[in-house]
Amino acid sequence: MTTQVEQKIRVLIAKPGLDGHDRGAKVIARAFRDAGMEVIYTGLRQTPEMIASAAIQEDVDAIGLSCLSGAHMYLFPRVMELLRERGADDIVVFGGGTIPDEDIQKLKAAGIAAVFTPGATTGEAIEFVRTNVRKTV
Amino acid sequence: MHEKRDIKRIEQEKERWEAETLKPTLKNAPERAERFTSVSMAPVERLYTPADLPDRDFMKDLGFPGEYPYTRGVHPTMYRAKLWTMRMFAGYGTAIETNRRFKYLLQQGQMGLSTAFDLPTLMGYDSDHPFAAGEVGKCGVAIDSLADMEVLFDGIPLGEVTTSMTITSPASVLWAMYIAVCEKQGVPYHRIGGTIQNDILKEYIAQKEYIYPIEPSVRLVTDTVLFGAHHLPRWNTISISGYHIREAGATALQELAFTLADGMLYVEEAIKAGLEVDAFAPRLSFFFDCHNDLFEEVAKFRAARRLWARIVREKFEAKDPRSWLLRTHAQTAGVALTAQQPHNNIARVAIQALAGVLGGTQSLHTNAMDEAMALPTEGAATIALRTQQIIAYESGVTNTVDPLAGSYYVEALTNQMEEGAWEYFRRIEDLGGMIRAIEKGFPQREIADAAYAYQQAIEREDKIIVGVNRFTEKEEHQIPLLSIDRAAEGRQIDRLRELRRSRDKDLVVRSLDALRQAAVGKDLWGKDLLMPKILDAVRAYATQGEIMDVFREVWGEYTEPSII
Repeated sequence: MTTQVEQKIRVLIAKPGLDGHDRGAKVIARAFRDAGMEVIYTGLRQTPEMIASAAIQEDVDAIGLSCLSGAHMYLFPRVMELLRERGADDIVVFGGGTIPDEDIQKLKAAGIAAVFTPGATTGEAIEFVRTNVRKTV
Repeated sequence: MHEKRDIKRIEQEKERWEAETLKPTLKNAPERAERFTSVSMAPVERLYTPADLPDRDFMKDLGFPGEYPYTRGVHPTMYRAKLWTMRMFAGYGTAIETNRRFKYLLQQGQMGLSTAFDLPTLMGYDSDHPFAAGEVGKCGVAIDSLADMEVLFDGIPLGEVTTSMTITSPASVLWAMYIAVCEKQGVPYHRIGGTIQNDILKEYIAQKEYIYPIEPSVRLVTDTVLFGAHHLPRWNTISISGYHIREAGATALQELAFTLADGMLYVEEAIKAGLEVDAFAPRLSFFFDCHNDLFEEVAKFRAARRLWARIVREKFEAKDPRSWLLRTHAQTAGVALTAQQPHNNIARVAIQALAGVLGGTQSLHTNAMDEAMALPTEGAATIALRTQQIIAYESGVTNTVDPLAGSYYVEALTNQMEEGAWEYFRRIEDLGGMIRAIEKGFPQREIADAAYAYQQAIEREDKIIVGVNRFTEKEEHQIPLLSIDRAAEGRQIDRLRELRRSRDKDLVVRSLDALRQAAVGKDLWGKDLLMPKILDAVRAYATQGEIMDVFREVWGEYTEPSII
């Protein structure tokens, strides 16, 4: 058996767009941190460009996007597009917010790996990140 | 409310009951949990008796409705004379679509209008600003200029309805646009009635739709309070809002305490600006959340009235009884709605709305069952309005004033809320007042901690949410959702560009220059000098983004301390 050292998973939690509802983003950030991940929280009002740059600079494994304004169909795919352009689409991107089912299908088609809606637990999100980001050296 | 002798006897009897009756019962049938807590995680006792209400005086603490300290309600007859105003919050797409929804709601028996604006409008950006991309018309209506406001209220007689506008950072601008539409309809200033939210402190605390640093923002709010006091006697110039504080995760007590602390700061600022307290305090109104925990919510509303009456009368020495009144709007808790089994939300909203009514609210918005996913469809919004009508006409709770008064539990909770709020006021004062407390992140941290504790309680299943962590179903329930026409953004931008081409450009420039001059002079802030200049700019069809940019140039922008 080879020795594998597990590294801490690095996650960027981001609030794209003008939406100021940060309860979910903050709760998720704290839950991830408590679950042993390294969390970077962007704060409010980030453009997709700022989020993509921060993710690359911080060398994160995953990005969590939170949006409750209804602008997710523009903002989330735009982040994916920018990551792809910069060759960073190995980063797992997931989202959360007030998002209708119909849009969830389209977001998944655009490369968003998972979408969590009101009622989802932090446990589910942690499980999702752990399953989808395997970090060993 | 009971003689000391009686209390003593009740305490002794309670001890006897615990030994003789309760103990054997607990042995055979233990309770469902070791501790019971409210939605706010506050401990709830098994039983409340008069012994839980020591040192309380019926006349001093409860009294009669329509009289100080108003614990029992702001009107002597409450809903026997006039029901609360059923005021459904609406807005999406462009002014044309929202005008249509307004007319529909008025036909369905709604009694007043309430406007939701989109995020670019709330943040003071025009629809064609790069930050507005993807957001135009999404969570409310897009308003760029007076031209949009004219369309929004087309065919609605503004002398007869009252309008609430949920807007804060650019509140002065949107209010000026509303006033300008009233001028065009020929409605005299003294008949214009309504509310602007205009509560900037809660933006820094919770809602986060701030633009400028705290102090100039507060001065701008004070300026509108002065303008209202001088010119628009029927307008509520600030709706001091706990709603967003609660939705961000605060407990009921934190919502109450931070909201009233914000209110006190606005009163202090207006007095500093030279107004007599009785000249403006009657036009301050409030806005609270109604969450699922019925009794806790009722206690919060009752405590809020008693506290505010005491604060305004004793601390600020107001003489006019109308200044002592805490009049409030209420909205059911959006945060309590679930995306899972969305029909269950109808039941949640009914309980929350009942809490608001039993709490004695003056107006109410009920959320629609689909709001965990999207803005409401017309059908879902109608069920939410019908829920209010069922409470009003079928439940019987409107037949008597303050029906829960005298419940040992509700009175004990009301007292706890009041005492807890005084404790928070002391802590805020120790930090140097509300502005300093916000700069230090005190309320923000309290709220974030409460939000996290509540989420953990759900995940431990200490708190049960039906359809989420119990009684779940494999099959997903599909309900029809409103989708905002994507083309609305393009149409709105076209309208805006057409306006910029067709208006009198010199007049716009001159009015913005005059506003800039008024904003620069620090000694002039909060002297009712900005509102007339904003009105001039609005009448010249300056856009709200252009007007807000003038203040951005002069005052700069706020960045918040990072608190997770």
